[in-house]
Amino acid sequence: MATVEAVAGPVAHAHHEETGFIRRYIFSTDHKVIGIQFLFTCLFFLAVGGLLAMMIRWQLGFPGKPLPGGSGLPDTMAPQGIMLPEFYNALLTMHGTFMVFFAIMPLLVGVYANFLIPLKLGAPDMAFPRLNMASFWVFVLSGIVMLASLFVEGGAAGAGWTAYAPLSAVPEYTGVSLGQQLWIVSIILFAASSLLGSVNYITTVINMRAPGMTLLRMPLSIWSLFITAILALLAVPILAGAVIMLLFDQTIGTTFFLPEGGGQPLLWQHLFWFFGHPEVYILILPAMGIVSDVLANGSRKPIFGYHSMVFAIIAIAFLGWIVWGHHMFQSGMNPLLGTSFMVSTMAIAIPSAIKVFNWLGTMWRGNIQFNTPMLNAIAFVAMFTIGGLSGIFMASNSVDIFIHDTYFIVAHIHYVLFGGSLFAIFAAIYFWFPKMFGRMMNETWGKIHFALTFVLYNLVFFPMHVLGMGGHMRRIYDPTQYDFLQRFQGTNTFISISAFLLFTAQFVFLINFLWSMFKGKKAELNPWRDNGLEWTVPSPAPHGNFAVTPTVYRGPYEFSSPLVEEDFLPQNVPLDGERAGVGAEG
Amino acid sequence: MNEAVVMSGSVVMPGGVSAEPGMRVYNQKLGMWVFLTSEIMFFTSLIGAYIILRFGGGAWALPAVPLSEGGSPLNIQLTALNTFLLICSSVTMVKAFASIEHGDQKGLRLFLVLTVLLGATFVGIQIVEYTVLAHEGFLPHCSAELAAVVPSCHLFGSTFYTMTGFHGLHVTIGVLCISWVTVKAFRGGYSKENHGGVEVVGLYWHFVDLVWIILFTIVYLI
Amino acid sequence: MDWLPTAASTYAADLDRMFYIILVITGIIFVGVEGTLLYFLIKYRGRRGRKAEYIEGSTRAEVIWTVTPAVIVLGLAIASQGVWRDIKDPDRFPADAIEVSVQASQFEWNVTYPGADGVFGTDDDFTRRNQLHVPVGQPVVVHLSSEDVIHSFFVPAFRIKQDVVPGMNGLRAWFEATEVGVFELACAELCGLGHYRMRARVFVHPQDEYELWMAEQS
Repeated sequence: MATVEAVAGPVAHAHHEETGFIRRYIFSTDHKVIGIQFLFTCLFFLAVGGLLAMMIRWQLGFPGKPLPGGSGLPDTMAPQGIMLPEFYNALLTMHGTFMVFFAIMPLLVGVYANFLIPLKLGAPDMAFPRLNMASFWVFVLSGIVMLASLFVEGGAAGAGWTAYAPLSAVPEYTGVSLGQQLWIVSIILFAASSLLGSVNYITTVINMRAPGMTLLRMPLSIWSLFITAILALLAVPILAGAVIMLLFDQTIGTTFFLPEGGGQPLLWQHLFWFFGHPEVYILILPAMGIVSDVLANGSRKPIFGYHSMVFAIIAIAFLGWIVWGHHMFQSGMNPLLGTSFMVSTMAIAIPSAIKVFNWLGTMWRGNIQFNTPMLNAIAFVAMFTIGGLSGIFMASNSVDIFIHDTYFIVAHIHYVLFGGSLFAIFAAIYFWFPKMFGRMMNETWGKIHFALTFVLYNLVFFPMHVLGMGGHMRRIYDPTQYDFLQRFQGTNTFISISAFLLFTAQFVFLINFLWSMFKGKKAELNPWRDNGLEWTVPSPAPHGNFAVTPTVYRGPYEFSSPLVEEDFLPQNVPLDGERAGVGAEG
Repeated sequence: MNEAVVMSGSVVMPGGVSAEPGMRVYNQKLGMWVFLTSEIMFFTSLIGAYIILRFGGGAWALPAVPLSEGGSPLNIQLTALNTFLLICSSVTMVKAFASIEHGDQKGLRLFLVLTVLLGATFVGIQIVEYTVLAHEGFLPHCSAELAAVVPSCHLFGSTFYTMTGFHGLHVTIGVLCISWVTVKAFRGGYSKENHGGVEVVGLYWHFVDLVWIILFTIVYLI
Repeated sequence: MDWLPTAASTYAADLDRMFYIILVITGIIFVGVEGTLLYFLIKYRGRRGRKAEYIEGSTRAEVIWTVTPAVIVLGLAIASQGVWRDIKDPDRFPADAIEVSVQASQFEWNVTYPGADGVFGTDDDFTRRNQLHVPVGQPVVVHLSSEDVIHSFFVPAFRIKQDVVPGMNGLRAWFEATEVGVFELACAELCGLGHYRMRARVFVHPQDEYELWMAEQS
């Protein structure tokens, strides 16, 4: 039996260090610094999105009651602290926009594609480091424009994050003009940032892998980020085209989506969802990949069915292009199309099921470690299962007639994006924190944060299924207007109180994060005893990453291999005989 | 710089097994291909919207019909000439690249200058075209008189200006990039061995040319 | 279970049945998956000095859990399709239906009745704001149009929802009420600041009362 001690190569830096504070931390071209910059920025936007959600929940839980602290808001938002319906619409629009475009998507892609791709593939940096830096700063600009739109005259965009035309296209319909235009400008900037990122990620994955890192030896996190980058590359320009047409409808008198001028409102929905459904997978695929890595590590077992996991990622990404119509079953499009979109949508359940069962298979007969990243990854599997199963209700075109545009949809999307993506993001933050900052996050507080979040999250979102089954419409400012919704007011109040507690619980994470950055336990080279190449460089990873380009001998999931005593076998450690090339096949 | 950054060829693993991943294309060229894929999707959204609006709606202003009878207000002859110029500019771009591949600096400079001139002329003619059309009242939102004659006039204006406008923007950006490459060429920045910049900007230029041929066909000719 | 609202149209029961079929199937899968997960977490919890079993996968298992969901979702798609067509397919709209026209605008529903002659566009047409009156036990076809933005015609008790898109002619929905009473018509698509109060009442009358009401209107 060989041994895998002394994994690290020499730690001398092959690269020039960037010097000076500004070059090193502000306008850095180092993919790790850019990833960390994305992390801080996106956590800020996550907090903004969360705060907006709290205001939404206040209105739903306590309709017409003055918002605590709301007396500080201007009269155009909440006179005497009682929020106006137009402000409520702005809140729900901005909550969705911030969470989708400025929190979840860049938290997965901006942070972890940047941080992990070169480190896990054995590359010194991205293919285009300066474009990478530009990508981040354009993203910041885009976020600033979106934030600013909250405070302009007429208020922020109020047509929902989906911005359905003509509501979004004609200022008279909402009373919002500048806010909606800034929303569009911000999305265009966001698209530019995303494009720069995608070009970088794809080129890096294709061209810059270390010797021996064949495609089928790439960790699933990298596979999913790679496929996600392709999806973003192809989907986001569709959104860019659509919002440009929307902007022109608002400003220069075109009539793409305006029936008065011969345009078609449904064209917007087709374009938006042709982007939007691949976008949904952009928001979940990287989470699946990250969870696969963490689960295999935490179970100390190879990922179950690596090849079918890769296949499932590709299948989901492919099918994601032909299902957009399921958002439009009730939109008035031809009912026959409803049938074909139902079938393609149902088909996505298959690769999704493969993934869930393979994760279970990974844990089966494992040696499961209950560290914080693993707990969050397990929560992902449990919650994604609920989100996936609730998706079957709306995939069924007939059931969708009733539950479309109700809280059932809200419950579903939050089970996928919060219960799914956000738990994966937490797992990722805890897992790669040592490699980012050289210190461990506090495990005890991490577990307290996990337990609180897991319980409160379910208290917030599970009852929303019941609301949806009762026919509770989404995006309504005051449900007490309806007789048939009276019986749900107690549930709404319960959800709101749980949501406030959930939001409060995130301070545990925030404090743990900040405290650990400076005071956490110093991290060793490979604290999770993982196989990835990123764990062969010091914590935090130095500029230029690898002193010597590593050679890869096997896949990333060789846990508990019978060939070695330890329960892990890093990708870059040759076993006897492998130096002669035995390990190079497969 | 670490040699791994420019890694592009295949590395043979110890033991003689070729395990070097990666395409045999340098990063900039691969990056441009990836970028152009995204551009295809961008134009797809604009052209797709045009197709849905035109064929999913009412009557359309056709090219063979005079404007007074509700035909297309576009000047096909002028734009055909413009299309020809743009195709020529693609040819000169190819020539420029071929020149430097053989180390011919003079040829490179000559053909790059020609490409820039042809591209700039294309943009100039497009500006003239826009000005004339605007004078006739044909704007993204056309005048009431024109709207009374030309069927789906507003949609025609919306789609026409958006598609050709964004293409024009791409040509303009292309002209600027090729100008920059030209300046670099005059300073002797390219050689027989090292001329990636010419190739990459050429790829972009051919793409822009190709998009125009599609746009010219579907907007002007049919 | 009364999680779903009162079912008061002919096809509501079909749609509800579909809902509960999916609920039962997904419920079983839910319990199975989460139960297995919990069992594994307890059974295979990490212990010092023990190594996990080195298992890379099992083609047979993976084939089983690829084919099983495929069969289930295919079955659900087929089952769902019939109900969908009964409700939405224009070819299956009942022929002998009463027709009303609903114009949606920010933020009200204007219901136009064809009057005694049963033909729209004649002098005896009349319009009532936020009130839809229909007889019980007779199919009703609603012609939908919007003056401004997209609205959505949603009567929870009838399980019908249809977006109303401006500029889109010929949008229709149908239902046949099975219960006398007053139900609510809601807008289900965000349509502006008054979206939350874009509410109307649907009065389902017994046949004779309906005729009486009709007569009173002209």
